[in-house]
Amino acid sequence: MSLYGTDLLALLPELIIVVTACLVIALDPITPASRRDLLAWLSLGSLALCLGLTMGQIGVLNIRVSAFSDLVVVDAYARFWKVLLYGVTGLTILLSLPYLKAERIHLGEYYGFILLSLSGMMVMVSGADLLTIYLGTELMSLSLYVMTGLNRSKPRSLEAAAKYFVLGAFSSGILLYGISLLYGMAGSTKLASIAAAIGTHGANDPLLLIAVILVAVGFSFKLAAVPFHMWTPDVYEGAPTSVTAFMAVAAKAASFAAFMRVFVEGLGGLKADWSLLFLLIALVTLVLGNLIAIVQTNIKRMLAYSSIAHAGYALIGFVAAGRATGASGGTPGLASVMIYLALYSFMTLGAFAVIGMLRKGGIEGEEIEDFTGLAKRQPLAAFLMLLFMASLAGIPPTAGFIGKFYVFMAAVESGLAWLAAIALIFAAVSAYYYMRVVMVMYMREPDPSSIAPRLVTSPALSFVLAFAVAGVILLGLFPDPLVSFALQSVLTLK
Amino acid sequence: MHSGGIPWLTLLLLIPLAGAVAMYFVTESTARWIALAATLADLFVALPLWWLFDPQTSQMQFTEHVVWITAPPIYYSLGLDGISVPLVLMTAGIMPLCVLASWTAITTRVQSFMAMLLIMETAMIGVFVALDFVLFYVFWEAMLIPMYLLIGVWGGPNRLYAAIKFFLYTLAGSVLLLVAIFALYFYGGHTFDILALSQGTYPASLQMWLFLAFFAAFAVKVPMFPFHTWLPDAHVEAPTAGSVILASILLKMGTYGFLRFSLPMLPDASHAFTPMMVGLSIIAIIYGAYMALAQVDLKKLIAYSSVSHMGFVTLGIFVLNQQGIEGAVLQMVNHGITTGALFLCVGMIYERTHSRLIADNVGLASPMPQYATLLMIFALSSLGLPGTNSFVGEFLVLIGTFLWSKVATAFASLGIILAAAYILWMVQRVVFGVPLPHQLPKLKDLNKRELATLVPLALLVFWIGLFPNPLVSKMHQSVNNVIASMARTKVAPTAQPSAGEAAPLLAGSTEPLKTEELSR
Repeated sequence: MSLYGTDLLALLPELIIVVTACLVIALDPITPASRRDLLAWLSLGSLALCLGLTMGQIGVLNIRVSAFSDLVVVDAYARFWKVLLYGVTGLTILLSLPYLKAERIHLGEYYGFILLSLSGMMVMVSGADLLTIYLGTELMSLSLYVMTGLNRSKPRSLEAAAKYFVLGAFSSGILLYGISLLYGMAGSTKLASIAAAIGTHGANDPLLLIAVILVAVGFSFKLAAVPFHMWTPDVYEGAPTSVTAFMAVAAKAASFAAFMRVFVEGLGGLKADWSLLFLLIALVTLVLGNLIAIVQTNIKRMLAYSSIAHAGYALIGFVAAGRATGASGGTPGLASVMIYLALYSFMTLGAFAVIGMLRKGGIEGEEIEDFTGLAKRQPLAAFLMLLFMASLAGIPPTAGFIGKFYVFMAAVESGLAWLAAIALIFAAVSAYYYMRVVMVMYMREPDPSSIAPRLVTSPALSFVLAFAVAGVILLGLFPDPLVSFALQSVLTLK
Repeated sequence: MHSGGIPWLTLLLLIPLAGAVAMYFVTESTARWIALAATLADLFVALPLWWLFDPQTSQMQFTEHVVWITAPPIYYSLGLDGISVPLVLMTAGIMPLCVLASWTAITTRVQSFMAMLLIMETAMIGVFVALDFVLFYVFWEAMLIPMYLLIGVWGGPNRLYAAIKFFLYTLAGSVLLLVAIFALYFYGGHTFDILALSQGTYPASLQMWLFLAFFAAFAVKVPMFPFHTWLPDAHVEAPTAGSVILASILLKMGTYGFLRFSLPMLPDASHAFTPMMVGLSIIAIIYGAYMALAQVDLKKLIAYSSVSHMGFVTLGIFVLNQQGIEGAVLQMVNHGITTGALFLCVGMIYERTHSRLIADNVGLASPMPQYATLLMIFALSSLGLPGTNSFVGEFLVLIGTFLWSKVATAFASLGIILAAAYILWMVQRVVFGVPLPHQLPKLKDLNKRELATLVPLALLVFWIGLFPNPLVSKMHQSVNNVIASMARTKVAPTAQPSAGEAAPLLAGSTEPLKTEELSR
């Protein structure tokens, strides 16, 4: 204790989560099936505790605590993401409660895996060393692979898990290869040492560029950026919807957090190179994501492509940061990514919550057509879905507009007005497929012979939806608290 | 500038919104009354502005200025000048009529329908009173979804196509506006304040790009030829109230945008693009009129006549002189009154015969004398008969055009002649033909509610037609201000102080705008 006391203290939230995860898995066999809810509440309790701890640290903002000889760092940037991840995980657990029961896969270890995945994400956002970040990524991904295949009776779920695992492992290998090249150059995997080595070494080493590309590819897999997005639609479609929501929101946020830290803190010296690379990736990502989403008939697949497109928008903010020339440096760009992903979480979680609980005679309504006539039967549910779709399309006064506002403003400030223009035109394209859901809900008469879809409500689901819609509306109207939180948090990113 | 400390404009925005929220809790029959009460309350809040407004100054009046977002500085900033006062009053005046027109026409999901109307009212008034560019944009875009639903849920048989076409056209047009707003922010001294941005000077080449971005947004909304194709579809499929809102108010936002943003902020570009804008306006005038001649559907006829009439408005704006612009603003109000009234008339006959075809609605003069009289009044106003409102507006526009180019005036006048042709032909068939025997039992004359909808508009037609001065004098100073702000930058042309800064932004901005143009 004495040796690592302060270090362990810095990692207290991570420890709490890991311990709770183990506890949940240990308690699962001795918990009767009827009382498995308790495991979910135990997990939520641990999240609340961590939220309190992390929020408490925000009082001493801008303090940067390094632990375990600079392997991890707890700074305002990490705290921003952690708060976001706690929130998202908590909502996912609440959403999972009714969903898993309806799907008859209410297993106790689910909550254990979700917490383990969260702990991996927390390590990712706090990692100050490439290997720490790699370990975090693996912990996150391995738990996600298992969760994807949770619905053992469904072949699609198993197929998704297998695909996800193979491609995920492949991308991890590429990432690791990039890390090893960087280690060869810098003699260390610490971000600070790599940055220093690039400073003395110069940026012209071809091997260094290969390393950067490999690391970029590795992360692009996790971000689901084109052309490394192939796994996304199948996995999003096959996984249980609550897991899809968790992947689309939490995994994406954590990957972006780690990705930005690596490229800003570690590889900031190569800005000129990687900003061009990511500019191209962002462009093809948002163009292809939006175009392919148009032809989808399965709403989970559509949201998978939409999440790809959203990664493209967020990447624009990151490219803007890399290209920034003004006095404020990359701050507006990086902050815009943080704002974007935080707002994106609300609308995506809300949308998946509706999808998961839309039941058509006991079966999940996954096709867009299944929403036919929802506005007549359940006007409120349809209206919430309308708000989430409008927000995803970026129509004011919803949160989605605010997210796009900051990203594109940063882009224009960095002289990328043309990129912002293209991206916005594709945002208009995206409105087509989001509005199709609205059209089906509001403007189609349901086929009287078919089973009517219903949103099966429960207190937990109502809470998730209320929270999501409050975020979509309130943060759309009054984004100031989030914006200032992001702007302050990003300052610790060096 | 605060009149007695009453936040007039915030009230104008909040009353309909409160009504929309109330719709969630009420039954169908009360929904109608609440909607009527909310729109009337809004009108009664708006009316005093007519007298409180000081026409001696071009300053913004009834201003409100509250911080909305701190980084970047965005304000909840509202105000009225002589250009926006008539438009706000017109909006507040038209909306109760829209509620009345939907009284029996809308039978399904009445609460939602009324809620959409009320949200539209808030957004439309918001567009006319916003003095912060981002706030403006929020109101501008917030209109899309309620209007999409109005057309798509309560519209005609082909409503799905019309609704999504309207939605995508207007959205695609306005997204580039957002990029332009950002560019102005970074070149105009890091502010979104519309008045401050109007004072700024921008490099000429930047102005060109910004003008095109503004043009994409505003021309689609007007709609100017060749971006008008969404309009006939949307008009035909929308329910009556939707058509009225579209024609009377929504279209004015485009021309308002030109007047409020393009002219004062981008004077050099506005001058440079004048020939193109005038050309497109004249094409719209003549093309719209020709298309109207060929229509067999009453709503489509009026829709195309809108294209033609809005051509006069854009023509008046872009000849860039006092007569032209004052005529344009007046014509915006006139078109709102006249075309709104014509759509209301079509809606009423459609409720009776369930057909909008001219062939099905002939010879209404004898079974429906009151209706026929009112229809005549609005039809004659639409063709610009002296003594009606449109005459004054079109006359001013033509005088303005005459000062700019005699040839253009000659072509524009052609539009008036064509208007006389298609309107009188329509009137001849609809009013004076021989009624179809099987339709006769359905042709009951107007009831009190319908009279209450149309008569106020008929009074306005004559009031503006005979005494335009109270209205025109309200806008004098503000129009002068627009013209002065254009002259100011002309006297001191930008010596490109920020040309160096402009380079990256401009170099980058070439490509998408070109593709945008091509994709049209």
